[in-house]
This record gives sequence, C-alpha cells and structure tokens, in this order.
Amino acid sequence: MTTSIEAHGLSKRYRIGGVERYVALRDVITRKLSAPARRFRGEPAPAKKEKQTFWALDDISFNIDEGDIVGIIGRNGAGKTTLLKVLTRITRPTKGYADIHGRVGSLLEVGTGFHPELSGRENVYFNGGILGMTKREIDSKFDEIVEFAETGRFIDTVVKRYSSGMQVRLAFSVAAHLEPEILLVDEVLTVGDLKFQRKCIEKMAQVAESGRTILFVSHQMNQIRRLCERVIWIDQGRLHRDGGTARVVSEYESAANALETEGGSREAGGPTQFIGWWLVEGERDRSHELQSLWAPIKVTFLLNVDKPLDSAHIGIGLYDSAGTLVWGIGEDGIKLATGVHELSFSIASMPLKPGHYRWKLSIWEYSKMLDLWDATTELLVATDPVTHWIDQWAGVMNIPAKFETQPASDDGRQEV
Amino acid sequence: MSATASRTGSAATGKSTPPITRIRPIGGWFDLNLREFWAYRELIYFFVWRDLKVRYKQTFVGAVWVILQPTATMILFTVFFGGVLGLPTGGLPDPVFYYASLLPWTYFQGAVTTATNTLIDNQGVVTKIYFPRLIMPVSAIIPGLVDLMIASSILVVIMLIYGVTPAVTAFLAPAFILLAAGTALGVGLWLSVVNAAYRDVRIIIPFVVQAWFFISPVLYPAESIPRVFRWVYSLNPMAGAIEGFRWSLTGVGNPPGQTALISAVAVMVLLVTGALYFRRREVMIADVI
Repeated sequence: MTTSIEAHGLSKRYRIGGVERYVALRDVITRKLSAPARRFRGEPAPAKKEKQTFWALDDISFNIDEGDIVGIIGRNGAGKTTLLKVLTRITRPTKGYADIHGRVGSLLEVGTGFHPELSGRENVYFNGGILGMTKREIDSKFDEIVEFAETGRFIDTVVKRYSSGMQVRLAFSVAAHLEPEILLVDEVLTVGDLKFQRKCIEKMAQVAESGRTILFVSHQMNQIRRLCERVIWIDQGRLHRDGGTARVVSEYESAANALETEGGSREAGGPTQFIGWWLVEGERDRSHELQSLWAPIKVTFLLNVDKPLDSAHIGIGLYDSAGTLVWGIGEDGIKLATGVHELSFSIASMPLKPGHYRWKLSIWEYSKMLDLWDATTELLVATDPVTHWIDQWAGVMNIPAKFETQPASDDGRQEV
Repeated sequence: MSATASRTGSAATGKSTPPITRIRPIGGWFDLNLREFWAYRELIYFFVWRDLKVRYKQTFVGAVWVILQPTATMILFTVFFGGVLGLPTGGLPDPVFYYASLLPWTYFQGAVTTATNTLIDNQGVVTKIYFPRLIMPVSAIIPGLVDLMIASSILVVIMLIYGVTPAVTAFLAPAFILLAAGTALGVGLWLSVVNAAYRDVRIIIPFVVQAWFFISPVLYPAESIPRVFRWVYSLNPMAGAIEGFRWSLTGVGNPPGQTALISAVAVMVLLVTGALYFRRREVMIADVI
C-alpha cells in the first residue's frame, strides 16, 4: 500500500471567537500611539487583554493509504473542517506538518465562485478553473459534466435563474470530474434531493475504486457507513478514535445520544420521558426510513411513565433539515399508567419531500412540562420526488398527483 | 513511519510518483514560490475572463461607460482648468492633453482599487479553495487594460480633430501603461492584505487615490514642477507613466527619459517588497478575512 496522506502532529491555534472580524486599523494605531504617553505618565499598561487562544487542531497524526475512503466525524466545532482546510492549504498549521502525495481537490462547499450573472456554461469553466482544471481538461469533460448534473437545456441560462438544487448539481458535477489523487469532501452531500445524493455517493465510490483517496466529512452516519471503511473521530481538536467504520460510528452515536440527554439515559425505568420512535410502512419492518409515497404508515413513539398520568397533553412536531416545522399535531386528555407505552399515529400517506427530518416531542400535565425530546434518530424520507423539477416551484410537499386531459363535455361554459 | 520511507515506497510501485507537497507552518521571508505561481497561471486567465464576461455582459452599456467616463471628465477639465483657470498643458490642445493624461490615470485608479479589494471581494473563494493568492491581485489589474484599449480609440479621434498627428514613438505607449499597471499591482500587493485584516483600509483608499491624483501630472505637465524637485516628483511612478504615455503618443514635449527611469526603479522596489510582504501575510488571509 502506498501512503497518500501523512499527518504529523498537525496543530492549529485560533484566537477565541475563531476569526477576528472587522478589526479597524484605527484601533491598532490608537493603541500603539497611546502606549508611550501612558508610560511617560508612569501609568501601568492596561491589563493586557489576555489573548485567548484555543487549539482547533491539537497534535493530530495519521496515515492514509492510497485508495482509501476515510470518514471524518465529530461534533460541530470539533475541528473537522479546520483539518480539511489545513490539508487543502487554505490555512497553514501552527505546528506540525503533513505530506501530501499527489494533487488535492476539495469540495469544501460546492459552487464556490459561482457567479449569478454568468451562464451555467461559463460557471463550469470558471469553477473548474479555480478547482485546478485546465481549460483543455474542461473542454474534454464538458459534456460529461453537464450530463451528470442533469441541467442540459439550462446550460446557457444565467445561474441566478437556477434553482438551488440545479446549482448544487452543476457544482458537484464540476468537482466530481476533477481528477486529483486526493479528494477532500465536506458535507456536500447533504444538499440536493436523495436521488442525486445517491448518484453522488456512487460517483465517489467510483472515484475511490480508481485508486484515488477520499477524505469525507459528514454528520450523516448513514452516508459514512455506506462509503467509508475507516473513520477518524475528532473531538475538541484531538484525534479521539481512528478505526473501522462500524465500531467507531456506533461508539460515536452512543456518545452523541448520551450527550443529548445530558446525563440522564433515555431508558425504561427512568422519569417520564420519550425513549424512542419508529415507523412501520405497509408490510415492512420497523424502521426510521420512509420509502413509499403510497403505503399507509404507522408512526410509534415510546414513552416511559414513572407516575400515572391523568390528563396529559403531548405535542409532536416534525422539522425538516432547515429547521422548518412541516407538520405538528397535539393530543389531549391522555391517561396512562406507570410503565412503557407505545403512542401511535396511523397515517394514510405522508407527502414529504425526500430528505432528513427530525421529531420534537413534548409531554405536559397541568401546564407542567414533563419532557421535551429532540429525537436523535432522524426520519429519512427516501421517496421519489414527484414535484416540479425546478426547486423554486416545487413547494414544501411531495403530493402524488395524476395528470390527464380530455375534451370538456360542455365546452367549459358551465363551471361549477 | 518517516516521510523518507514512504517516498521510496511510492516510487517502488512503478507508477509516475505523484508530487509530494509538504504542508507546514509559515516559511521564511524570501519564499516567493514563483514556480507554483507559474503552475497556476491559467487561473489568471479564468479570473480575468470572468471579470470581463460579467462587465461586458451588457456589451453596449459596458463599452459606452468606459468611453463616457474619461470623455466627460476631459470636457470638465478643459472647461475649468484649461478655460477658466488657464493651466498650462505643455503645448498640447487642452482636450488632447487631458484625455491622454486621463487614460493611464483612470486605468490606474480602477486597477488599484480592484487590486486592493480583491481578497475581500473574492472571500468566498479565498476561504474555500487554495491557490497562490498572488493570482488575485495580478488578475485584478488586467481587465482594466481592455477598458483602456477601448477608451484609447477615442483618443485617436480627439487627436485627429485637434490636428495632433500620432507620433512614431506610439509603440512605446504600452511600456508606460505597464509602468502604471506595475504601480497598481505594487500598491495592491501591499494594501490588499492589510485591507483583509483591517476593514477600515477600504475607506481610506479613495482618499489616498485622490491625493495621488494631485501629485501626478494629470492636470499639469511635469515640467511645471521646479527642476530641483523633479527627481523626487518622479519617485511617484505614475509621473513617469502619465508623462511617458502622453509624450509617446503625441511626440510633444521632452522625452521623459530620466523621469521614466526613476519611476521604473520605484516600481520595481514597490513590486518586489509588495510581493514579499504579500507572500508573508497571505497565509493568514483565510484566518482573518
């Protein structure tokens, strides 16, 4: 096996607050000028504001072999993106070094440098250029890029008229056709509809098969599981775990769950609280995934009750990945004995757009909140989109509809 | 595993060994890394191409504007400075003098402003993708040259109207524009990184440029400056650029040999120090912007 990336004690220090924005030169000059005067008057220098720093990366070392797909996981602010930024040379490490064998391509945010006033074609060239492709390379791959992005007939339209989905598809497609030895990907696959996400994952697997190395940052454990053989878990800038995907991801998930309940474990036998949920779709087993627009489903929430409830109220909200409440329902006057209960809703059809959703549940009795639960396990909607193909016109729901035309029976004179 | 061990390892596979890049903390002061800059040269083309595309998207408005701006200014100058105040114009008809001075000046003014703001204006790219940052100020001074060429066509018309025959030295004009471009780049290199770190620099720039206008021979010929101060005056590279440009096209006045020479040296100093300073500071751009 040939080594692809070797990191030796990579460390990166930032000032507190991460990035110091909008520092005024005026302030710097005033500070410098007033210092001698103060010294002259014999005043002590003002308590020097302790430059608070923190290590966004702290002594990270690893070796990655050529052709590996390695997932990088960790909580927000753990240092994942900083690591990618160091490896792509966007920022320099404070200490340590890394040897990179080959060219690095990165997808830190798709559509970087997309200009709204330029057409899709022009943006493909510009974006390809800043990602490191030559004009000749882009020329030869142009058709492939457009085909992959599924934006064919809009390619000469200015990008500001594109839907966000189309922009992302085009941008990802440009980047996916880069041919660096090492590809760094940051959370890009959370955008676009699920069908396109799958296509991207396939593309990445294909890229890896051709012997190239991929470093993949994601919060979505199902993507990590599907793509990576090895996972590096970063916590507070340090390398916390490095190993096989199955083991590291499940450790990470249980840690994330524990964190969410802030110490109190969500198990039967504890206080009154929600402890889990699942859905049953048609004949399928319990899962957290919705696959069909047509099958009736039953969503079940598991509630542990430690003292009998006389007249409880529950509120349930379903939020999309942007945090918008897409559906809410409440139930009143619930009587429950001590023990674990299944609270179920039967639903004829759930017209949700593909994507990730989260449940938020609360339970109250006599105006007192007993539990508020933000479910860790997301609802994954993997149905086919049946909405307008331009995102802007697709709306928020995914309602299956049948279209037909026929001659009006009475020339349309009589309306309703 | 040591770095050396793996290097021999990759050579053993028989494939052409991919280049090895070492990522490490900030290097020395004199690490310009022009080889890498050269490897990325095509990116300059992409940046310039994008800027021109966006600028001339509405072709008519774009082209008209680059002609209208110096022409209108020229008319104002002719009426007030030439007519009312009667300032000397070194033996050239007022409109020819002012227009010929305004061309390199307008270019410089635009180029220096874009170059200074280029890191901030492109921060989306700067914080997401690596390439030698030197590409950005260099690309920023190029699109203005197209405007300059378009506006130059009007100069020929004005010269013909006022009976000034283009001189044979006209082929030297690009050299003086190069001087202006070098000045804009040198200033851009210094100020763009300062601008990225301190946002009030953006407010100071227009003032600096305006002051620069008065110490450059746009409204008056350099010969109005007393001879003893002439060499100090020439330290402003725009003096050499504007004087030279005007002289090369019209052939009127003395060849600005000494002025141009001093200006060229000043530009070289500005460029080299600017590039070194820029390279030194560019590594923190993504962290502070």
